[in-house]
Amino acid sequence: MEMLNIKINGKDYSVEKNTTILEACHKFGIKIPTLCYLKDINEIGACRMCLCEVKGARSLVAACVYPIDRDGTEIFTNTPQIQKYRKTNLELLLSNHDKKCLSCPRSDNCELQTLCLEYGVDETKFQGEETKYEEDKSTLHLVRNNNKCILCRRCVAACKQQYVSVIGANNRGFDTAITCAFEKDLGDVSCVSCGQCTVVCPTGALVERDDTEKVFEAIADPTKHVVVHTAPSIRATLGECFDMPIGTNVKGKMVTALKMLGFDKVFDTNFGADLTIMEEGTEFIHRVKEGGVLPMITSCSPGWVKFCEHYYPDLIPHLSTCKSPQQMQGAMIKSYYAEKAGIDPKDIVVVSVMPCVAKKFEIKRDNQGHDGMQDNDISISTRELAKMIKKSGIQFTALEDSDFDPIMGIGSGAGTIFGATGGVMEAALRTVADVLTGEDLEKVDYTEVRGTDDIKEATYNVAGMDVKVAVTSGLKNAAKLLDDIRAGKSEYQFIEVMCCPGGCVNGGGQPIQPGHVRNFTDLKAERAKALYQDDLNLEYRKSHDNPEIKAIYDEYLGEPGSHKAHELLHTSYVERGNNS
Amino acid sequence: MQKKISSIPFSGTPEQEAKLKEAIARNIDDPGAVMPVLQEAQEIYGYLPIEVQKMVADGLNVPLEEVYGVSTFYSQFALSPKGKYNISVCLGTACYVKGSGDILDKLSEILGIEAEECTPDGKFSLTACRCIGACGLAPVLTVNDDVYGRLTVNDVQGIIDKYKDA
Repeated sequence: MEMLNIKINGKDYSVEKNTTILEACHKFGIKIPTLCYLKDINEIGACRMCLCEVKGARSLVAACVYPIDRDGTEIFTNTPQIQKYRKTNLELLLSNHDKKCLSCPRSDNCELQTLCLEYGVDETKFQGEETKYEEDKSTLHLVRNNNKCILCRRCVAACKQQYVSVIGANNRGFDTAITCAFEKDLGDVSCVSCGQCTVVCPTGALVERDDTEKVFEAIADPTKHVVVHTAPSIRATLGECFDMPIGTNVKGKMVTALKMLGFDKVFDTNFGADLTIMEEGTEFIHRVKEGGVLPMITSCSPGWVKFCEHYYPDLIPHLSTCKSPQQMQGAMIKSYYAEKAGIDPKDIVVVSVMPCVAKKFEIKRDNQGHDGMQDNDISISTRELAKMIKKSGIQFTALEDSDFDPIMGIGSGAGTIFGATGGVMEAALRTVADVLTGEDLEKVDYTEVRGTDDIKEATYNVAGMDVKVAVTSGLKNAAKLLDDIRAGKSEYQFIEVMCCPGGCVNGGGQPIQPGHVRNFTDLKAERAKALYQDDLNLEYRKSHDNPEIKAIYDEYLGEPGSHKAHELLHTSYVERGNNS
Repeated sequence: MQKKISSIPFSGTPEQEAKLKEAIARNIDDPGAVMPVLQEAQEIYGYLPIEVQKMVADGLNVPLEEVYGVSTFYSQFALSPKGKYNISVCLGTACYVKGSGDILDKLSEILGIEAEECTPDGKFSLTACRCIGACGLAPVLTVNDDVYGRLTVNDVQGIIDKYKDA
């Protein structure tokens, strides 16, 4: 490793050769503004916000893509000239921007707005022709408003990373816009609804569809019994919306806040996750013993399922027929819980809080729900829940803890780790191993499938049988495993796929961290830590040990994989065709 | 200017498709294959409708969006078919200051189409082009290979009439 002696703003530092100016400055506590830069996936030096001066260079350079390769390099990051250029850049961006900050859903969490304030721009300095776009409201999961787009291409990079690439920069010059091929609406192309574009957008150009008003209305309706359930990863991320450190487990405060919001029951989707393991584990054992289609692939991630339906429809038989935890939980609330509580399921409104915007699509899928009812009525993201809490004046950080309600308030550690990549596999293995050996095994931790590597694989000897598994997240990685299955080269019996890189902790509905945080923090790893810690602290760590799970099979469903379980907890898939 | 997308139904022949497939096969190992293949596709079909771009995308295994992005970036690629007679009005600096903008407007008015579009009967298409190097004759237009120079708005109807029944 070659070290170089350099000067930044007149002070001496030592850096590894070929470190970029941006990375070096971050290391030494100097923040350089960026808009387009996303580490590893969008390093294009396009927005020109990170301009710095390198002594002797012909012009200012883009810090994000300028490698320091010379001993004695002298860098200036904040001269009056640089400040002036950055300010002008911002003013030029604003010359074709709608500037409707007061009503913008990203106001207060907008990277453009923050920089404009820092640099004291004159928002009317350059006035001229402005492009006007219709909002694209054609999907269930997001709204695209190109009047707020600054053409940074972060969404394009995120979409490409997901191996979907249905959006890109089209046309040229002043007409350039981020659109779909042949200017189709997002709802008419093979978008998988993952929402990764909404998480990386620095402005309000791509925003999740806001369903919070529907929830407020349901709560205010005295004829409705409104039940909420929260996905495993929400507890690990919601705190970020209230400026708490990344990776803080806020389970207790979250439950208190939901009760204060007026929900009649607050359940834990970890229960639904445990139920999924019971069904999916049973399905896996059945497929292995009966010579069913292998490898079996998990089906909890609706973005992943939609991807498979669009791009790998021939592999649909590999998908587990199990509904996702969200859908299982909803189905049980409107059957088992309704029956026990003596409430007509038609009067129940089920609200799910998810790390995901594809869940908004999933609740309306065919072959879910029963008796003409959806399993879940409204699905909101972590961000939307935070919005509801703020709007209701609840001082989140000051809240006391409370517990989820019975009879779906207990989740095992296996359920909680669903929120991180590898979690579903580990949870399934905990149960499958016990079922196949007929013992209560001491082995609980399957650490080989944890972590944020692109593809993780392991072979476990379970009751004398070698089970070869693979775990992946991010659709580009998933495609590698799928191509192997297509080519007949796959050696696995069981594969876990999560749509979003790192799993649900990094889902499309999770809190938005600005570029300068995302680029220098491994969000998915930090958030996952909170879940693995939660797992360690829980009384039950295996899904089949969860007493509420035992009760629901004893009292209502019979055995895992029973006729009734199939009716309520399993589903089917459709070939959607590739309409990119 | 934003590229106009044609609504005229696609009518490709099996011969054209075979030619395109051959062009794709010849270029597929080239990492930058999209542009040369699109150029050949445009020579084969005269323009690049969604049907052709889909064949290119599937053949080269790249997203359709990427192909579309390239086709809308370069002004030489057309998303609308050319008519039997393609009228091309020079909007280069010299022609423009001599009033070629008005000539384009007049053509647009008479033919009922915008620039980069084609009449429904396939007879005329209208293009606004960059400087064709005939500045001495400004303002200039071409109809296929015929050149008309030193024009006024009043000449436009007569030129169209010459080709209308041809």
